[in-house]
Amino acid sequence: MSRDSEPLYVALLRGGDQRDSALSELRVILARNLRKALSSYARADDSFLEDAVQDSLLRILDRLDQFEGRSPFVTWATTIAIRVAMSELRRHRWRDVSLEQVISDAAPGSHWGTNVASRPDGQTERAAILESMYNVIETQLSEKQRKALLAELKGMPQEEIARHLGSNRNAVYKLTHDARKKLKHGLEAAGYSADDFHSAFAK
Amino acid sequence: MPLSKKELEGLLRLVGLTKDSEINCEQCLALVAEFAEHELAGKSVPEGLKAVEQHLSVCSECREEYKALQRALGDLNNEPRK
Repeated sequence: MSRDSEPLYVALLRGGDQRDSALSELRVILARNLRKALSSYARADDSFLEDAVQDSLLRILDRLDQFEGRSPFVTWATTIAIRVAMSELRRHRWRDVSLEQVISDAAPGSHWGTNVASRPDGQTERAAILESMYNVIETQLSEKQRKALLAELKGMPQEEIARHLGSNRNAVYKLTHDARKKLKHGLEAAGYSADDFHSAFAK
Repeated sequence: MPLSKKELEGLLRLVGLTKDSEINCEQCLALVAEFAEHELAGKSVPEGLKAVEQHLSVCSECREEYKALQRALGDLNNEPRK
């Protein structure tokens, strides 16, 4: 597959009527694809889709040089349109929710709680894994990592966490990835493998 | 607000799936169209796209976007490609 064999892509690179025609065609295709992609989202009505297509076209044109022809152009363009549209849906859904609301204003240690470990029927292995995990959370994660990880577990989108932290989605991903790595290595150092904690919590 | 049992399980699942080296959401976006086409064609995931599969397993937002892409592609597959 070559990007030069993608007629829409080639036409967008050219100027004049060919580009205008390609843009019109891409607009129709993206509107149809977004409608299918977001069919289960009530907020994705005609007005929303129209705005999302317009924003997506701008983003796609801005990134045209990143298309390498490793997939059909329409598929590549649709992934960008979905990212644009879903980011907007998430922004709208979470617009009135603060990071503090999500993680509450209690002291850091109490966020993680011990609901499972302290249950009378809690199994010894499960409690021991949780104790090791809380220990890593308290001693090895930074306050920012704890906040981001907790907010993510509570369902807050990374883009929203980023907005509250004055950061971006990739930086939040790195923050929580580093936190997960510390937790994994901490649990391994305590003698627990991924299989151990999978099986302990599958019971 | 302590974590619920489900959230704790979610955290441990994520920790279990964590790799030392992972691609981020932007890198996933750059590769996910190719990954989706492979999956749609029923082909095995090539080594160069394994990182996309792993990223989708730990990133709920990219996973949500991928499911939306699959819905669009499912129909796209029945239409002539441009």
